[in-house]
Amino acid sequence: MSDPICRDLSDILRRHHQDPTRLIQILHDVMAVEGWISKTTITELSRALGLPRGQVEGVVGFYSFFLPEPSGQFRVLFSDNITDEHQGSRALLRTLAEALEVEPGQVRADGRVKIGLTSCTGLCDQGPALLVKGRAIGRLTPERLSVIAGLIESNTPIEQWPPDLFHVESHFWRRDLLLSTPCDPGAAMRALEARGSAATMAELGRSDLRGRGGAGFNTAAKWTACAAAPGPERYIVCNADEGEPGTFKDRELLAHYAHQVIEGMTIAARLVSAQRGFLYLRAEYQFLIAPLLAAFAERRSQGLLGPNILGISGFDFDIELHLGAGAYVCGEESALLESLEGKRGIPRNRPPYPVTHGYLNKPTVLNNVETFLAAAQIALHGAEWFCAVGTPKSRGTKILSVAGDVERPGTYEFPFGTTIRAILDEAGAKGVQAVQVSGPAGMLLSASELDRKLAFEDVPSAGSVMAFDQSRDLLGVTQNFVRFFAHESCGFCTPCRVGTTLNRQRMDRIVSGHGTRHDVEDLESVARLMRASSHCGLGHFAANPVVDLLRKFRPKVDRRLASLEVLPSFDLDAALGPARELTGRDDAGAHLSEEGP
Amino acid sequence: MSDPKNTFSLDGHEVPVTAGQTILQAAEASGSWIPTLCHHPEFEPHGSCRVCTVKLNGRTVSACTTPVRAGDVVELDTEELKGLRQNLVQFLFTEGNHFCPSCEQSGDCRLQAVGYALGVTGGHYNPLFPSRRVDASHPDVLLELNRCILCELCVRASAQVDKKDIFALSGRGIDKQLVVNAESGRLADTNLALSDKALSVCPVGAILKKRQGFLVPIGKRTYDERSIRERDLDRAKEDPQ
Ligand SMILES: Cc1cc2nc3c(=O)[nH]c(=O)nc-3n(C[C@H](O)[C@H](O)[C@H](O)COP(=O)(O)O)c2cc1C
Ligand code: SF4
Ligand code: SF4
Repeated sequence: MSDPICRDLSDILRRHHQDPTRLIQILHDVMAVEGWISKTTITELSRALGLPRGQVEGVVGFYSFFLPEPSGQFRVLFSDNITDEHQGSRALLRTLAEALEVEPGQVRADGRVKIGLTSCTGLCDQGPALLVKGRAIGRLTPERLSVIAGLIESNTPIEQWPPDLFHVESHFWRRDLLLSTPCDPGAAMRALEARGSAATMAELGRSDLRGRGGAGFNTAAKWTACAAAPGPERYIVCNADEGEPGTFKDRELLAHYAHQVIEGMTIAARLVSAQRGFLYLRAEYQFLIAPLLAAFAERRSQGLLGPNILGISGFDFDIELHLGAGAYVCGEESALLESLEGKRGIPRNRPPYPVTHGYLNKPTVLNNVETFLAAAQIALHGAEWFCAVGTPKSRGTKILSVAGDVERPGTYEFPFGTTIRAILDEAGAKGVQAVQVSGPAGMLLSASELDRKLAFEDVPSAGSVMAFDQSRDLLGVTQNFVRFFAHESCGFCTPCRVGTTLNRQRMDRIVSGHGTRHDVEDLESVARLMRASSHCGLGHFAANPVVDLLRKFRPKVDRRLASLEVLPSFDLDAALGPARELTGRDDAGAHLSEEGP
Repeated sequence: MSDPKNTFSLDGHEVPVTAGQTILQAAEASGSWIPTLCHHPEFEPHGSCRVCTVKLNGRTVSACTTPVRAGDVVELDTEELKGLRQNLVQFLFTEGNHFCPSCEQSGDCRLQAVGYALGVTGGHYNPLFPSRRVDASHPDVLLELNRCILCELCVRASAQVDKKDIFALSGRGIDKQLVVNAESGRLADTNLALSDKALSVCPVGAILKKRQGFLVPIGKRTYDERSIRERDLDRAKEDPQ
């Protein structure tokens, strides 16, 4: 009766030195062996790691990629970003479900397969995309899906699937300062040694480099504060969680510029005297693990990583790879640190900040992938070189992921100060209705705002630019974003935990034609509440899509409302859903038609 | 009294502050009540319920977690903030299943008392009617998760005071839930004891000692006799932090 314990648990535990901070990595290994995590495995893990059982259960329950029950030999998850949706992902999902004769969301009776949705997988330049057993497949077409269906039906081990299915393409359409200037492995570190640590930190300060992960905090100020924090141990963390839907530039940077990113981390380590580093990679980017480990190994063999770097005694620094497990909130820096420690990704109370109380409460520098890359280039070429482009408040360039209704989706490097219109033109956008900059947490610009500039002081972007042409339903776009936040709220604080779900319900009602003015008023009050009282940035920004929609496209919303006055908060037809399911009926007679006005 | 060096402004009044105090501590010490649900003076501030949200120099923050300094300007009882706190309490009612008239905790419940004190007269948002567990397996204790507000006080008390880690949280977002430290998931299979601190810190009727619910008649309960505002301020006076 009792569940089986994971077969290879003792090997897995040994591989991870029974280290409780590695719990999430351990659970990934259990998932790889069993496909799910049984109750008895949780008990055994908690015993072996010396953790309360409830804590291990809580970690399993927090991360989307850890499953507490059997979920099929092949778990197929379609990326649910709006760009995937616009490229037909929903129809493709149904096609696959029909081919495999399985109900979406349910395990097929023989236990072979389960099909569902997951938050954006970061392949928006080659969507629609899916994950099967955690491995990414892009450029989905009915033809590729029928190949996939065949492989699942014949129970072909995933290792034997044709490799071209998993090929991730690369599309760099525009390279500017950072991406076109060479930076050979070790060159920036040698420049640092030649210039000296203090002078390099000053150079970084003069460059006015601001964090590329969203908040735009001054990088030199962060590193200086960490260097000044007391204590012998310090850590460098690279945030490669890249969970903001529509963003994939860090994926491209890690695939093609890994050495510069690692070099930036090593420079940070030298400047703040850190010995250990982590690269926190979102699990959706499994295909980057092998090349990143190879880059680490190569640099160790070149004396650029490990003990006595560049032959300098006492310059010791090494990097470990940590995988996330399907939780957008773990991109938030303090949640990421919790996750690195093997815990639920709940954002911490701040102050204190990570520069003094970071990983294991030790001083920690945490930056975005692109920030480290830029820091390496600045160490090599100097502040003046970097400041030659950009605006006075936003120096240098920004690397963007452009997707949606454009002819050339992919990665672009533009100087700060470039207009949104110029970016869209270069990517080949036609008939733009609106553009979402910086993902769902960012801002929705109408076609009349395209002359605004990419810059911290005007339109900031953590990377994503998604264009929507005239054919797109902007209410559907907002609905998709609101659904995303409801799925990704960590649940710690009341306003975000409840508000994201209330917003989702109201957007669902409005989009399906059952909304009223009352729903719109609720959306507004919930948005105010979430912005004002949430614990972290996720909750602060989660209502942005709703606020922008109502502010900039209100007539579109009003046209969709069932009624501007009455309050039918009960949907009769929806209430019959369970009865339809039980009786297996879905014909017209099993529906109540509610003619809208 | 109003030496600008060691006071801050609380709704326009100068209030003394000592180094290291949070907004909540300084306000309570001066006799101003700030409603709280996830807070308990014996535990580290948590900052999850957000009912204590105030404005510090124009920015909204949680009063329980945020330090205050001399010269700061704190807004507490503005119309905007009162409305915000009402909405937050409504959110908590909305996400659980609360039927006060039939609840053993009625009159002893902080959620109910804060709701009354803030003038929350209705739910406003449609209830989510979640499907949550009731665990009656333990001979002496009832776990009624329909009323859990996820404040984590039992989690903290069991870990920090009882050293038993009987409670934990699992799930995420609106599906977040309290779990107990047993493979069966049943309270009866934990080493919970009636004397555990974790049993006495629940601010609502989610963790109840069995056969005691109606020993004190309604009308004579904690917040029937003295309002939550007065009780919290009395407590702060007895135990200045
Ligand atoms: C909900 C949320 C998600 C975030 N996701 C990311 C992310 O995926 N990558 C990232 O670099 N920063 C992300 N951030 C910002 C980080 O908290 C942090 O500011 C950043 O990594 C710091 O690095 P930087 O100074 O180099 O930008 C996120 C913030 C929030 C609130
Ligand atoms: S705002 Fe949302 S994600 Fe952030 S702590 Fe609160 S519940 Fe968690
Ligand atoms: S726990 Fe409190 S708010 Fe909930 S039903 Fe009981 S008395 Fe009412």
